[in-house]
Amino acid sequence: MNSTVEKIISFIVVILLPALVIYLTVHFGLQRNEPPKTEVAFKSETTPKVDHGQFEILQQKFVNPKDVTAACLTCHNKRDDELMKSTHWTWEREADIPGRGIVKIGKMNIHNNFCTGAQGNNGSCMRCHIGYGWEDKSFDFNDPTNIDCLVCHDKTDTYFKQKGMAGLPATEATEDKEFKAPDYSYVAANVGYPDRDNCGVCHFYGGGGNNVKHGDLEEALFHTTKKVDVHMGEDGPNMVCIDCHEATNHNIKGRSYSVNANNGNRLHCYQCHTESPHNDKVLDYHNAKVACQTCHIPVYAKVNATTLYWDWSKAGRRDASGNGYKEYDADHNYSYLSIKGRFVFDNMVQPEYYWFNGTADLFLEDDTIKEVPVQMNKLFGSYADTNAKIYPVKAHRGRQAYDPVNKKLLSVKLFAHNKGEGALWEDLDWPEAIKQGMEYNNRAWSGEYDFIDTEVYWPVNHMVSLKEETLSCKECHIREKGRLSKLTDFYLPGRDYNKLIDYTGFAIILMAIIGVIGHAIMRIF
Amino acid sequence: MKYRKQYLYSKFERFWHWTQMLLVTLLILTGFEIHGNYEIFGFENAVRLHTASAWSFMGLALLSIFWMFTSKQYLNFIPTKDKLREQVKYYTSGIFKGLPHPTHKTLFNKLNPLQRITYAGLLLLIFPVQIFTGIAYLYYHYPQNPIDADGLQTAVYLHTFGAFLVVAFIIVHVYMTTTGSTVSANFKAMVSGYEKEAEKANLTTEDNQQQNLQTEK
Repeated sequence: MNSTVEKIISFIVVILLPALVIYLTVHFGLQRNEPPKTEVAFKSETTPKVDHGQFEILQQKFVNPKDVTAACLTCHNKRDDELMKSTHWTWEREADIPGRGIVKIGKMNIHNNFCTGAQGNNGSCMRCHIGYGWEDKSFDFNDPTNIDCLVCHDKTDTYFKQKGMAGLPATEATEDKEFKAPDYSYVAANVGYPDRDNCGVCHFYGGGGNNVKHGDLEEALFHTTKKVDVHMGEDGPNMVCIDCHEATNHNIKGRSYSVNANNGNRLHCYQCHTESPHNDKVLDYHNAKVACQTCHIPVYAKVNATTLYWDWSKAGRRDASGNGYKEYDADHNYSYLSIKGRFVFDNMVQPEYYWFNGTADLFLEDDTIKEVPVQMNKLFGSYADTNAKIYPVKAHRGRQAYDPVNKKLLSVKLFAHNKGEGALWEDLDWPEAIKQGMEYNNRAWSGEYDFIDTEVYWPVNHMVSLKEETLSCKECHIREKGRLSKLTDFYLPGRDYNKLIDYTGFAIILMAIIGVIGHAIMRIF
Repeated sequence: MKYRKQYLYSKFERFWHWTQMLLVTLLILTGFEIHGNYEIFGFENAVRLHTASAWSFMGLALLSIFWMFTSKQYLNFIPTKDKLREQVKYYTSGIFKGLPHPTHKTLFNKLNPLQRITYAGLLLLIFPVQIFTGIAYLYYHYPQNPIDADGLQTAVYLHTFGAFLVVAFIIVHVYMTTTGSTVSANFKAMVSGYEKEAEKANLTTEDNQQQNLQTEK
């Protein structure tokens, strides 16, 4: 054959075609599909169908807020029945916990890792109950007029529950600078679906201050940008809480695992975003074991700081003149309060990561302490668990008062209106505060107290980041110091390897190289 | 020395060889990046490129299997003990003394007994294990999907070890190309298809044909 023709053929089969195959492989290999657009109708965009201001019954001069509720119920009958079944009202629900069976849990009876427990501190804590005046055990959970409709449905931003009043708004007698008696007919004329203010007034300030508890829910979300929260950003979809946390008959979707143990009525990203939101196989496969939040919430507490540590054992100190005092850290977050102890606050926090299958164990009020740190809520899940995924979690650590004889966490009376009633926040007297707290909750106390390490785990769900700020592969798929370095019950590519195989493999390669070089040298000489 | 030229490598064979070379290089570079040894493409690109080149590799493998059986070239890869001892002796001593190759190449006897064993091992053991574990890596990520394979671990360990063996093979393979009649003879043969081989006095054309026929049987 003509040698020029052969050369051309050689060029084609040796260079051109192989190069073409590689080009096509690389070209199609690196191609990434566009994720689909999510189209959802927002509940918050529906406006009330009626003008409440035209109803005569709402035009009266209300003095007692319970009369407003009674007026609401004349039209919205049966709504009280729904509400009184909701956990916003009961502060407890039935849960089936492995090893315990069916138990009732909630703020009604659970200790938390922050202000320790609500029962006995009603004046302060029950300000965030959707009722009027849960001052003590005598509160009537069956009286519909005890329901506070307005705190959730006020659209005027003028209705507030007064501090320390167990859920009651200010009256003309109790008015102060901060809290005025509401203009009920004005508020009632302007009711509607809850917006950020209604939910945020409690859910942003849990634990006694902004962002103390959640870390991903705080006052910065009242007005925010996509950069902080891609859903709630006013420069973005501008969604409000109820656009995700939909309610049917006042039963609201979504669960917080500090007070919940079972997997039900939860919210999931896929409800809007489908199970293959990336339209890309290798990314969508992650969904089987990795929650969306893990990659899409690389940091939380993006604006204001959240507590990461709360040490009650330091509470009670007095300054030279015998008074309680406060200290602040460099970022102006409090680092010490005589009434509450020592704190560590931080913002832009990287979550910790845990396997989580949607169920949890909770440390119940009368549980005996068996392990340290005490886990206030143990999130269940592992790699082998079909239902478990890796979730980002705010782990909050602290030290709480416990009974070293009976090995129980102690209930503490923190709040009272006046000094001398035994409340820690007034008198800085631990033994008396514990005595009163235990008595209110009908619990036995040995008389001894000490402090013990405790931890609570809050899965992080809000403050979803822009897609540009999503975790990159390398954050986890890396040999050292990856985000998942503590989750070792599975093989993670890029991180894990078998030492025996790798060392043997490199030894084989080294032997091949040495053999080849040695052989070549012997051939030459 | 007298040389003779013979056409050993068909157009497809050369295309197969060089495409496979590029794909295997890409697979190794991206594979060890995924393994965490270094960063070249970035983890995500490495994963995407590794997957894509694996599919191309498998496509090429199918073509080559088809070609091997239609052209009966698979006969080249069947291991034999015949002259194995001589071949080992050649590489361990004869080659240093400048002695001639104990075997010589024909269209149906391209590979010497040592090569036959090595290539058969590569094609029948390492490549299938890499492909099988690679598919497992792609589709059986999680313990229950759909059979309980206890995660990636087993597949990954095999896949990684296979990769080390492939790298070792390449090192030796590239070096061995220099052991032809001249240093570049084997390389040139895989480019042009024609191999230049030292003409041996005691080997006639009839011998060649005989050898071809024997292998073919």
